[in-house]
Amino acid sequence: MTTTTRGEPAIAARTCLATDAGGTTWSTAELTRFLQGLPSVDQVGCEARAAALATRSIKTTSKSWAIDLAISMIDLTTLEGQDTPGKVRGLCAKARRPDPTDPSCPRVAAVCVYPDLVPVAVQSLAGSGVKVASVATAFPSGRASQAVKLLDAADAAAAGADEVDMVIDRGAFLTGDYRRVYDEIVGTKEALADAPRPPHLKVILETGELATYDNVRRASWLAMLAGADFIKTSTGKVQPAATLPVTLVMLEAVRDFRAATGRMVGVKAAGGISASKDAIRYLVMVNETVGDDWLDPGWFRFGASRLLNDLLMQRSKQATGRYSGPDYVTMD
Amino acid sequence: MPAKAAASGSARLDVKKTYKLFIGGKFPRSESGRSYVVTDARDRFLANAAQASRKDARDAVSAARKAFAGWATTTPYNRGQVLYRVAEVMESRRDQFVADVAAGEGVTRPSASKAVDLAIDRWVWYAGWADKIAQVVGSTNPVAGPYFDFSVPEPTGVVAVLAPQGSSLLGLVSVLAPVIVSGNAAVVTASYRRPLPAITMSEVLATSDVPAGVVNVLTGQLADTVPTLASHQDVNAIDLAGAAGDAENARLLEVAAVDNLKRVLRADDVEPDWTLDPGLSRITRFLETKTVWHPMGL
Amino acid sequence: MAFEYAPAPESRAVVDLRSSYGLFIGGEFVDGHGSPFKAVSPATEEVLAEIAEASDADVDRAVAAARRAYTRTWSKLPGRERAKYLFRIARIVQERSRELAVLESLDNGKPIREARDVDIPLVAAYFFYYAGWADKLTYALPGARAGGPAPRPLGVAGQVIPWNFPLMMLAWKIAPALACGNTVVLKPAETTSLTALLFAEICQQADLPPGVVNIVTGAGDVGRAVVAHPDVDKVAFTGSTEVGKTIARTVAGTRKSVTLELGGKAANIVFDDAPLDQAVEGIVNGIFFNQGHVCCAGSRLLVQESVYDDLLARLKRRMATLRVGDPLDKNTDIGAINSAEQLAKIRELSDIGEAEGAQRWSPPCELPDRGFWFAPTIFTGVSQSDRIAREEIFGPVLSVLTFRTPDEAVAKANNTPYGLSAGVWTDKGSRILWMADRLRAGVVWANTFNRFDPTSPFGGYKESGYGREGGRHGLEAYLAR
Repeated sequence: MTTTTRGEPAIAARTCLATDAGGTTWSTAELTRFLQGLPSVDQVGCEARAAALATRSIKTTSKSWAIDLAISMIDLTTLEGQDTPGKVRGLCAKARRPDPTDPSCPRVAAVCVYPDLVPVAVQSLAGSGVKVASVATAFPSGRASQAVKLLDAADAAAAGADEVDMVIDRGAFLTGDYRRVYDEIVGTKEALADAPRPPHLKVILETGELATYDNVRRASWLAMLAGADFIKTSTGKVQPAATLPVTLVMLEAVRDFRAATGRMVGVKAAGGISASKDAIRYLVMVNETVGDDWLDPGWFRFGASRLLNDLLMQRSKQATGRYSGPDYVTMD
Repeated sequence: MPAKAAASGSARLDVKKTYKLFIGGKFPRSESGRSYVVTDARDRFLANAAQASRKDARDAVSAARKAFAGWATTTPYNRGQVLYRVAEVMESRRDQFVADVAAGEGVTRPSASKAVDLAIDRWVWYAGWADKIAQVVGSTNPVAGPYFDFSVPEPTGVVAVLAPQGSSLLGLVSVLAPVIVSGNAAVVTASYRRPLPAITMSEVLATSDVPAGVVNVLTGQLADTVPTLASHQDVNAIDLAGAAGDAENARLLEVAAVDNLKRVLRADDVEPDWTLDPGLSRITRFLETKTVWHPMGL
Repeated sequence: MAFEYAPAPESRAVVDLRSSYGLFIGGEFVDGHGSPFKAVSPATEEVLAEIAEASDADVDRAVAAARRAYTRTWSKLPGRERAKYLFRIARIVQERSRELAVLESLDNGKPIREARDVDIPLVAAYFFYYAGWADKLTYALPGARAGGPAPRPLGVAGQVIPWNFPLMMLAWKIAPALACGNTVVLKPAETTSLTALLFAEICQQADLPPGVVNIVTGAGDVGRAVVAHPDVDKVAFTGSTEVGKTIARTVAGTRKSVTLELGGKAANIVFDDAPLDQAVEGIVNGIFFNQGHVCCAGSRLLVQESVYDDLLARLKRRMATLRVGDPLDKNTDIGAINSAEQLAKIRELSDIGEAEGAQRWSPPCELPDRGFWFAPTIFTGVSQSDRIAREEIFGPVLSVLTFRTPDEAVAKANNTPYGLSAGVWTDKGSRILWMADRLRAGVVWANTFNRFDPTSPFGGYKESGYGREGGRHGLEAYLAR
């Protein structure tokens, strides 16, 4: 990359990626200049757009369709210190058959656990098509040495995780040390590549700690340039977690990244999404920002624990015409 | 009288002033080459004044347009000082103003003197408004949303000013100062019968830091210039003060002004008493309000 | 996988349409003496109701009723009491907001989403805002003495409003007029009378004294009669520059005071350092909001050449997501063109645009068979001298031009007889203020577009009219100096 034209990140990125597919020859200065040259995000306008999209009225057949799609996009998650193999097995059972009474109910996309519980999940989900995702790299804070973080990720991969959700070093990002964040992602990607079946890499930006949408956009590009397969909003451990406007900015980033490089990157909205109504709003936003291509569990995910039950209750309402209650969905 | 003194041979022959137009900072004769006789209140000859033509009116509008951008963006502090400077220079020529007013309006010297005092003081009063009017008529608007929203007054542009026919100095200052204080440029038509104070005023303006073209003064029959100004597409506003008492003419001018939607300050039925507190309305009539919105966010 | 949105129509049941409507004079609905005309839904061409046309004598009666109400009641009422009536109206508008929104959408063709989220909330907001001024008028004009006598109202206001924001324009006119102590005779546009007539009902519900608000319906002749009426003291008009000029000629030489809010051809200027995704939203909102039937629409897009390709690609992609169709569907972004006549005008100018050599583009979009429809359209390769860059189209048609330097942007933006609004998109604060200072327009939206608020003065420079509506400035039009 020789020049970064302000306002034309797509072209600049294309120039860069054409000359260097791995991106490893980015100099620190070039990386910084490129990220700072991305078009800014006006907070008010961005939030107004997200709010306008949230007024879409999704009814009847489209609602049923969207509910099923949302279920199929869930990374059913448990990330607690009190997690046990039993808890994970229960979750996996639910992931395979979210509604035991209705075989037409789709399964979720993945089960997301800590690395030490990956073998349990792998075993429980064998043959189901449900992926096993594991957080890694000293999740959620990321405050460990690079060596420890890489071991953490490699461990999850070795245990058979299909997907690894790493956290970025927000401290380094906020001090402007983009190079360090970039190198960590590249390093993690390389560590995963050693596994027999290299897992997909999801990069958690922890947008609630990035403070501005400009930072969200920069972090998104940084992660994509470094090789992320997915960019993910949040750990779920920090408030605010996923929001519509943050997700909008990330969707715009993957859209522009594909326009620039031809490579598609997925987006995962994680944390704080617990109502079907909200999930549908995210799908509307995906639909109108990046289009059909991303309306697929391969390219858009919800990281959630409570959302599934609300979707199931709504699903039952759609089918029966009456409102369901918590006693009629399973509790895992 | 000077004429007598000259005839006696005991004193020098005085140098009489040629009364000309004031356009773009220069003092041209009328392009038409015509002039007309100005007499005093008792019909005695005072001077030959230039009879401005349509072409002179057009030239004056061009000069005003050229001057407008610079004058409008001059800092208000600076504009205030320029107007104050006008008062200073007037003060130094008050004798001539008193003579002009007394002769033209047929009033006593003390009465003329009082009019000149008021006229000078009026410049001073308006000078002070240059950097205050925006604070009085501007606003920040507390809109229901994350936006900073403010309204500021801006000058309308080129303003044609029909100076009052009766009050040849105080009336003139009372209509001219409020137009230019906010940054407008003016094309003034002087009182037809009493143009001399306006011409003397031009000489003051020319020597008091008012940029060339900000004020342009036309003398002569209004019928030769005013319809041109009223219909001119590059004039933004018109003050019909000088058409007071001539309702039909004022109406026709207002109709002509519609072609480019000039802002029109209508004439009163009779010329008002210019000694009264002028208030702000003559300034605000020639202001536009501009409202600016900007989001407040990170 | 494609996400198709199932129809989500707002129910019409909330609106109780009568088969015919009279005039509202002296607090009552009365028969008109002209030739009745039909209210047509522009989305379906369905006849919604028959509406009375006011004759000259009807206008006389309306002005007389307004005069009577002015002299006997309204001008004598303490400001705090006038305020309470206006607050009441604001509350009833809020209470009946769904009904008003549906009727507005039905009659005008605008998307229910906009009627519901923009028009009707602003109607309530304008009444609420001006209600609060009614007993504070001594603070309204500079130089007035606190505790001194309140500035006087003008008398009877004759108000003529357009069809693009029927009820909102009514609110912009009636709220400040009444707050200042004037009474009004208002003529809505002939294609959009229904919400004004429903508003008359609201006046009844609010127990507004008879004659304070009078509504006369009909076409241009009725408007002319209102404006020319010798007992009208104040004329307020929103509409085309052409009609505005006719009105200005009519009132020339009278003592009537006039405010005019007329056409525009706003430049929406995008610099290469703009927040591009928000700029695209602003461009879309600027020209496609309300089908582009907006006097302050950002109908000329001026793009800095260094970002032209990127911005155009984003804009086209975004336009492809616009949903054109049934105005009552809650997911509709662009509704119907208000009338066959307006549609013909938009088509004519668009054809001229093509003939002049500009490149026309619309996203693929299916338009309904019945009703008046026009796909969102952009023209690229437009030059400053093209008619589509100079004339107000008043439809969903955007002319795209380019510039290289800020000076060029300002020169092109100002190179029009209009001066209503402008937009500026850039990340640089000092440039925003530099641009805002030089743009000859009454409203400058920086990094946003088409925002309205009752506290914010609105109105044009040059041939976009004179006077301001909104804010403290809006009171000046209704008070004697």
